[in-house]
Formats: sequence, C-alpha cells, structure tokens
Amino acid sequence: MSLPVVDYLKLPDNEDPYLEGHKCKKCSSIFLGERNVCSNCFSREGMEAIKLSNTGKLYSYSIVFRSFPGIDVPYISAIVDLDGGGTVKGNLIDCDPDPEKIEFDMPVEVVFDDALGRKDSEGNSYISYFFKPIS
Amino acid sequence: MSDVFVLGVDMIKFGRFPDRSVPDLGAEAALLALDDAGLTIDNMEAFYCGNLGQANAMVGQRILQEIGQTGIPVVNCSNACATGATAFREAWTSIKAGLYDVVLAVGVEQMGAGLLGGTGGGAGIPKEGLLGSGTMPAVFAEAGMEHSRQYGTTFEQFAKISVKNHHHSTMNPKARYQIETPLDEVMNAEMISYPNTKLMCSVNVDGAAAAVLVSEKKAKELGMGRAVRVKASVLTSDPYQERDLVMPDVNSCTRKAAKEAYEMAGIGADDVDLVELHDCFATAEMLHYENLGLCEDGGAGRLIDEGEVELGGRVPVNVSGGLLSKGHPLGATGIANIYEVCTHLRGEAGERQVENAKIGLTHVIGLGSACGIHILEKA
Repeated sequence: MSLPVVDYLKLPDNEDPYLEGHKCKKCSSIFLGERNVCSNCFSREGMEAIKLSNTGKLYSYSIVFRSFPGIDVPYISAIVDLDGGGTVKGNLIDCDPDPEKIEFDMPVEVVFDDALGRKDSEGNSYISYFFKPIS
Repeated sequence: MSDVFVLGVDMIKFGRFPDRSVPDLGAEAALLALDDAGLTIDNMEAFYCGNLGQANAMVGQRILQEIGQTGIPVVNCSNACATGATAFREAWTSIKAGLYDVVLAVGVEQMGAGLLGGTGGGAGIPKEGLLGSGTMPAVFAEAGMEHSRQYGTTFEQFAKISVKNHHHSTMNPKARYQIETPLDEVMNAEMISYPNTKLMCSVNVDGAAAAVLVSEKKAKELGMGRAVRVKASVLTSDPYQERDLVMPDVNSCTRKAAKEAYEMAGIGADDVDLVELHDCFATAEMLHYENLGLCEDGGAGRLIDEGEVELGGRVPVNVSGGLLSKGHPLGATGIANIYEVCTHLRGEAGERQVENAKIGLTHVIGLGSACGIHILEKA
C-alpha cells in the first residue's frame, strides 16, 4: 500500500485521491495543511476541510535544468491556481520543457501517480500529484 | 530621539577563504570598521552580530575573543538573507532608544558551494523534483515569470541586468569577480532554472562587513567629516498573500518597507541617487525596480532597456556589482551594501563613483520572508 507524499493529499478508501484545503470560516482564505488560526484575517473561528478541484490554470513556472544529484532534469516546476481556489506547486508533466510550449493560464488537470519510484527508508512507496495539460 | 550616524564602515574583499574561520573573517571586518571610525573595541558599548550558517554558535562572542573581550552585550541574530541588515537595524534601534552612543554591527558568512534551498526535508521521501523545485534559482525564476506573465518581460531583459551588474563589478576591487559578461555570454551560459542562467545567479562567496554606529552627540564629538546619517531603517515580514504557501513573496514585504522608509526619511523615490538592492538572481532585481518605486508598475523592463539603472543613468542600481558579481555571503550582504552606499556618499568610490550622490538606499530580502531597507544621507 502506498502512502500520500504530503498531508494534504488524501487517499480515501474506494474513492479517487484528492487534494485537501482548509478554508477559513470567516474570510474564506484557503490554506494547504491544517491550522487553527487564519493568517489572513486572524480569525480563530475555525477552518473547514474542503476538497480542492482537480483542474486549474498555470500561474507561473520555471524549467529546472540543474537540481540536486540524482534528480532527473529538465522538469517544469509549476505553480497552479486551482479552479475554485487554492494554489499548489508541483511538476508539470506531458509538456515539453520549452518556454515556447508553455503558456500562462494554460488549463491543467491534477493527476495522481506513483512518486517517481521514490521510497522511504522503510521501503514504503508513495503516491504524488502531478499537473498535466488539458488539450 | 537622537539621529543615528554611521561613523565607520568597511568590508573585506569577498572571495573563497576555506582556510579561515567565520569569527576570523568577522574580526577582520570589525577591525576595518573600527579603524575607519578612528575608534577601538573598548569604545563600543554593544555589539550586534549577524550570521546564518553558525546561528547557534555564538559568532559575536567568538569575534570578540579575537579582537577584545570587553564584556559588552552581544546579540547574535539570523534572519535569512536579511541577517546583516537586521543586525545593523538592531544597532540603530539601540541608539534610537537612547541606550548607547557607540555600537558595532558585523555581518559575516562562510558559504558552501552549489545550490541553496530545496523542497522540504521532513518525513517520507525527498520532494525536490517531485513537487516542483524549492531551489533558490527556481523559486526566484518563478517570481520573475510572474512578472513576465503580467508585463511580457523577456529572458533578454532579465539577462541585461546581469550584464549591467557584472560590468559595474569591473570597477569594484572588493567584488569577487571583475569580469565583463556580454549579453550573448549571459544568455548562453548554462541554464540553471529558466530564465536564470548561471551568470544570472548570485555568487556564493565568503565575506564580512562591519559598521560603527553612533548617536548625534557622539558624532559631533568625534567629528562629522565622513559621517553618514541613517535617515530610515525599516524591517518588515511578508504580509498575507494568497499564494504564500507555494510562492514565497518578496514583493509585498519590499513594497511595505519602501513605503515606510520613504515616509521615515521624508523623501520620495525620486530623491534617491543610488540603490543597492537584493539581486540574488537577475529575475529578482527586475521586480524590485517597481517594488522600490524606481519606476511605475510594468516599467522595469524599460528601465533596464534604456540604461536608467546603469552607472551614469538616472538612478544607478548595484554599482558595486551586486550579489550577481560582488558576491552574496548571506549574513554579510546587508552590511556590505550599506558600505557601498556610504562609500559613494563620502565620494570615495573611485572609478564607479555616482556623481554628487547625496542619498542612497539599501535593500535586502530574506526569503520566508524578511525585508530590510536603509536610507542613508551624506551628513
């Protein structure tokens, strides 16, 4: 059985994986990960766990050609604004790492797959999320 | 509250000193600044020391063990790349508060080689290259591409910033490099994180810089001849932005700090004769032209295209060579840029002197984020 790569990736039984946000009950700001107090409006009224959309638009990116040893390059590091709120960073896949081929606001979907074969020290495998262009 | 003056300030030539220690580098800068002020360590009433790499290792006290253990209070501080500016500001604050008349601030760093940053450690598996990149070149590339998205800023325009700063550094003997880098060389250098090539990334170096700050009373007593007035000292953290958690924000904290600094100094951006800003990457410098009000929003590309930010232009930026060529020893940077501006205000910058410089601004960003701005004026 695989584990989620980050706390905000949820792997429910008998349901599709999804990304989870926490939405301020007062000002509706959306955060990744749990928290008690809203850092935007300072409200302590609480946070509501919400399912983030699995579609969004490319906000910004970089094409990474030099990374740490053992990490395959090039790849596209992408910042995606999800439809309905929340911003997430991840790898943009199935897209040429060429600025001519990457357009701001291009629609993408969030897909879930094995975490590039990476395993932890106990041999556990992980599920990660990726962005894929919607043609 | 007393005005605060820089009476002595200096930096060591930035470079690679693997055989020396952090306290040793800091001690050299401290002695240079004391000599510049015509004072000695036993005149200092307090010492504010900035260092990142050995933040838990009492660097300030170890510097005093090399230059004089007088028993004064030592505050060691770390605030990412705003560390030096934070130490300087703590020194300034102590004089403003009326606690002391003469204090020392030192920023010092010894750097490793290679990429800084990276996406998360923590439990599980490494996230770098899996959930995008957390390396500094990529993070600042993404911030630059946000500017491209808004204003159509091009790879070539970003690259021109690096050409400019490398050119400036040929006139600065204390810079790590004194090498011209023509535009085609910058653009064809190894691509690190598009649009930042290797020549558009700051240089990891070892370095140290120091300043002696005094109250107005003390400045008058010791002679105002080469003193520089600190007209504004501002430190901010990053106000909430909706993309904060995935896109560290260097813009809103700079805009907030700039606004507060201009108000404190009672001047506008048009009154500034030279700027040393945080060009950790070429993409970052582009953002700060607008963040510091050197031009209107969307005008940054034009500023670099038309040479307004070159030596001899309307408002020269990073005539020291900047972090891109002078080098970026993290904890030292925020005092080294104060040294640069003071040197121009004193008319002692030689070949790279900004003519008739009366007011200068220094700016640093520590990612996470902290912004430090100082406005300095010829006394």
